[in-house]
Amino acid sequence: MPQNETIAELGLDEYKYGFVTEDKPVFKAVPGLSSDIVRQISRHKEEPEWMLDFRLKALDVYYSKPMPKWGGDLSKLEDTLDQIYFYLKPQDQMERSWDDVPQEIKDTFEKLGIPEAERKALAGVGAQYESEMVYHSLKEQWEEQGVIFESIEDGLAKHPELFRQYFSTVVPTHDNKFAALNSAVWSGGSFVYIPKGVKVEIPLQAYFRVNAERMGQFERTLIICEEGAEAHYIEGCTAPVYSTDSFHSGVIEIVVKKGARFRYTTIQNWSNNMYNLVTQRALVHEDAKMEWLDGNLGSKLTMKYPSCFLVGERAHGEILSIAYAGDGQHQDTGGKVIHAAPNTTSQITSKSISKGLGRSSYRGLCKVYDGAEGAKSNVECDALLLDEQSRTDTYPYIEIDENTASIGHEATVSKVGDEQLFYLMSRGLDEAEAMAMIVRGFIEPVAKELPLEYAIELNRLIELEMEGSVG
Amino acid sequence: MSEPLLSIRGLRAKVEGEDGEILRGVDLDLERGEVHALMGPNGSGKSTLAKVIAGHPAYEVTAGEILFEGEDVLELEPDERSRAGIFLAFQYPAEIPGVSIANFLRTAVNSRLDEGEEMDVFGFQRTLTEKMEMLKMDPGFATRYVNDGFSGGEKKRNEILQMAVLRPALGVLDETDSGLDIDALKVVARGVNRLSEADEALGVLLITHYKRILNYIQPDVVHVMMAGRIAESGGASLADKLEAEGYDWLQQPATV
Repeated sequence: MPQNETIAELGLDEYKYGFVTEDKPVFKAVPGLSSDIVRQISRHKEEPEWMLDFRLKALDVYYSKPMPKWGGDLSKLEDTLDQIYFYLKPQDQMERSWDDVPQEIKDTFEKLGIPEAERKALAGVGAQYESEMVYHSLKEQWEEQGVIFESIEDGLAKHPELFRQYFSTVVPTHDNKFAALNSAVWSGGSFVYIPKGVKVEIPLQAYFRVNAERMGQFERTLIICEEGAEAHYIEGCTAPVYSTDSFHSGVIEIVVKKGARFRYTTIQNWSNNMYNLVTQRALVHEDAKMEWLDGNLGSKLTMKYPSCFLVGERAHGEILSIAYAGDGQHQDTGGKVIHAAPNTTSQITSKSISKGLGRSSYRGLCKVYDGAEGAKSNVECDALLLDEQSRTDTYPYIEIDENTASIGHEATVSKVGDEQLFYLMSRGLDEAEAMAMIVRGFIEPVAKELPLEYAIELNRLIELEMEGSVG
Repeated sequence: MSEPLLSIRGLRAKVEGEDGEILRGVDLDLERGEVHALMGPNGSGKSTLAKVIAGHPAYEVTAGEILFEGEDVLELEPDERSRAGIFLAFQYPAEIPGVSIANFLRTAVNSRLDEGEEMDVFGFQRTLTEKMEMLKMDPGFATRYVNDGFSGGEKKRNEILQMAVLRPALGVLDETDSGLDIDALKVVARGVNRLSEADEALGVLLITHYKRILNYIQPDVVHVMMAGRIAESGGASLADKLEAEGYDWLQQPATV
């Protein structure tokens, strides 16, 4: 059985959604970055003066910081950044209902393979198309509960004080070069506010899609979950194939107040030329619980480490992530937990799959500050290699300043073995089915945490990719 | 129905990329409905024969043929052999974390149907529950991940469960008895007997080190394998003789 040959035929990493829907941008900035572009963005969004100042200062910070030397290969990124558009606006105004959404955008959803029934089930969707929210309908019950679920622009316009109170408090501009870049040119994203004690049963979903060649995507999301509140936010996206390198750099800030619970789920399936550099961070207060569920497929390079800053006593943070690195892809992902209060607990579970020349790295930080007595953290990272060439690395950073802390770290690397394949094939499964089953089994601990439609979508993605490439 | 269920002729095989044949001319005929025991000392080639019948990719057949229901299967992939009706109960089954037994078996059953067809989910569940009861397995077993963290006994029982659900024409049981305590052995043996009763045409090739399992599964024929060949064949009494006298009385074939 020539295993490698067949694995190559499986082509999990070949992007099948490489269609481009013809778009009609109303406004198109010139490529490249300058303070003029930043002013243009701010003027176009009719922002208050303080936000323009914030953006311009962030631009200076961005220019002053060197390109990171760690993680993935960013040497060609500067060229890419000269060519991309930092702002695009496909339409003049927000759409309020599904009927108002333009046909070509509906076609895009159609091509993503979301069945009719599922689209209706996505009733509470806030979808981001290009750099702008175009579709954003809130369920009436949420409005009755006082939940705010708006585009980030509307959040700023309609709730200026609330917005300003929290914006950039979790991820400061100077945090890293790309957080600074995002702060200068951010556009699109969500603003979410869950009032005290409110439990939102149905996940808040934003389904968005990047769709213009050489377009930069700098979404910014700000979420405030008040005391005792509970909610789940889901972001999923898939992008078409581009002819040149593309770039995505988002910033997600979440505040989880005392006794609140929040879960943030992302499934990202970028095209193979995308640089995906995202800063996701949550500030977790006393007795609160934060969970990041993070799936990374596609892209040229992803650097993404969802973080939990556990600042209140007994705060709990969880990071569950899965990454798939196909040929030519590098997934540098993991998580960060900062224990800054007593009896805080955290769990990081990371799963990666590498194929061909794909490379996956786990990069994690666990820091326990002096005084965070009784802090407990556990890290588990499992890597699955689909063939001889694929590669995986683990970079766990552990910094402990508190001697009552208890830290566990466990890492496993496994290779899809001839014995596993033979076993499944000896029961009648052909080689592609057998390989798909092993991969599905490997990601099952993550998939089972997903809402059904996302678990189905994840499995469908894998199955579609495999079906088309065998026989 | 003139040809045997399984007919092996002059079969020679080695590990791919290595020198030295492990099978050095195996001849064996197994008729429909028969149970054959294949005994022999360690390293005589019993397990290799089992894997070669199932099409393990690590082995290269250098000469001879394996006819299953009159058709040469040597060019068939392992999954094609499985769908044709050959089943191998593994001595060391692989672990497939994250895949439940129910899901795995349903996929295996569906692989036998025409494209687009699927077995009724409830019908499958009934079949699975029934077979599990027969093997005295806890109903929760079906939701466990395939062989993941199983005890030796659980793994062997799981193999027989799969055979019961997939209903092959030929079951090759590779040391299914090893590592089982007497109670587990009885359960497994009863399971195999029930399958034979339910399907009178079922052929079984039972590979074992010990006579113990033959107290519960009556073989029609006993073969002894020595250094890659069938050195002796006979009735059930041959097993008794082996038990009493060991393998030394058998003439060692000339070494290559």
